[in-house]
Amino acid sequence: MTRINVTVDGASYSDDVEPRMLLVQYLRERLGKTGTVIGCDTSNCGACTVHLDGTSVKSCNVLAVQADGHEVTTVEGLATDGELHPVQQAFHENHALQCGFCTPGMIMQSIDLLKENADPSEEEIRLGLEGNLCRCTGYHNIVKAVQAAAGGSR
Amino acid sequence: MIPAQFEYVAPTTVEDALAALAEGGEDAKVLAGGQSLLPVLRMRLNAPSLVVDLGRIESLRGVRDDGDAIVIGAMTTHSEVFHDPLVNEHATLLVKAIEQLADPQVRHRGTFGGALAHADPAGDLGAPVLAMGATFTIAGAGGSRTVAADDFFQGLLTTVIEDGELLTEVRVPKFTGWGAHYEKFVRVHHQWPIVAVAAAVRTEGGTIAEARVGLTNMGLTPLRARSVEAALAGQPATDEAVRAAAASATEGTHPPSDLNGDADYRRHVATVLTRRAVLAAAGA
Repeated sequence: MTRINVTVDGASYSDDVEPRMLLVQYLRERLGKTGTVIGCDTSNCGACTVHLDGTSVKSCNVLAVQADGHEVTTVEGLATDGELHPVQQAFHENHALQCGFCTPGMIMQSIDLLKENADPSEEEIRLGLEGNLCRCTGYHNIVKAVQAAAGGSR
Repeated sequence: MIPAQFEYVAPTTVEDALAALAEGGEDAKVLAGGQSLLPVLRMRLNAPSLVVDLGRIESLRGVRDDGDAIVIGAMTTHSEVFHDPLVNEHATLLVKAIEQLADPQVRHRGTFGGALAHADPAGDLGAPVLAMGATFTIAGAGGSRTVAADDFFQGLLTTVIEDGELLTEVRVPKFTGWGAHYEKFVRVHHQWPIVAVAAAVRTEGGTIAEARVGLTNMGLTPLRARSVEAALAGQPATDEAVRAAAASATEGTHPPSDLNGDADYRRHVATVLTRRAVLAAAGA
């Protein structure tokens, strides 16, 4: 067991974990943050995307011990005082989901891509979301939602 | 998708990491960014008894100017290399390759040195680094040694790095003012290339003065297409001339046959991609 100290969605946690525990397992099974989902066994799908110190990572591809001393934000930490994050709001308004399973990862990655590029073209949005798969193939409204969240000038 | 149990250490210096590796012996594995190792551990294709995490060794991160070369710390992430001003000025071929490497989340975690040490023949960094004639610094119990790119890659997932050694930095000669392009052929954008070609070209007027060409996934290691480089020197940067030179891109290659295409198909694709990459690098 290894002792880790992490901040998740603004709260501090100190836990003993097995070194082999994945960050996504820690978030879901230890902290109960099941908003972050596991979609594949291969690190392809991006459904488990969270922010580690403010940048997007696939939490199935990070060990919990690697997050020791760092800050994690999940989809559950985006809303403040009951107000949805602007990207969450845009997904809601543009019906940017079909079954909804990829949505947590799509939202976390969309926030990351808008942080790097505040006014992306449609192609830049599609490239920025290349690591996130939607098995319903509902990409069109997801791209629209990101455009709306960006202010939609392009 | 849960790895087998292992012991874990996260040293803060290269010396401590080498000591941990020496103690762990051949069952120890080095964890860099983890973007290849963690899938391997999850699928239990490997079950090391000890994982030595380099993530807390600050001296292995960053890019520095070293006269006629830039030096990239092994633990610098793909995303950091991509945004680095020195790399953008002197090694644009790396920028072009990293732009197409995996996806943003993987580029945030994956490291320059980790990807090269993993030596996947379909990895996107081997061909550019080979084409640019980089040198690798490898630290071991007896001190450091440097190895040329031509000697670094030994075979499938195999480099000259021995058990108990660590790749610490990669020295990339400056290609200031050269045009560069990485042409990647792939079915799904963020996946490994079926074939890819890395090209750097120095033009004078409309003539190709010098060219460097590297091939991805055309053998068990990345390959340098020296006959193409020789054929391009002094040629005009035209479709016809580059097409003729690119025909020799298949020389000395041993491409795999798999569900994405057989070896002959890959050889054909390599000549097409070489032409496209060189013309794009030459700005033609």
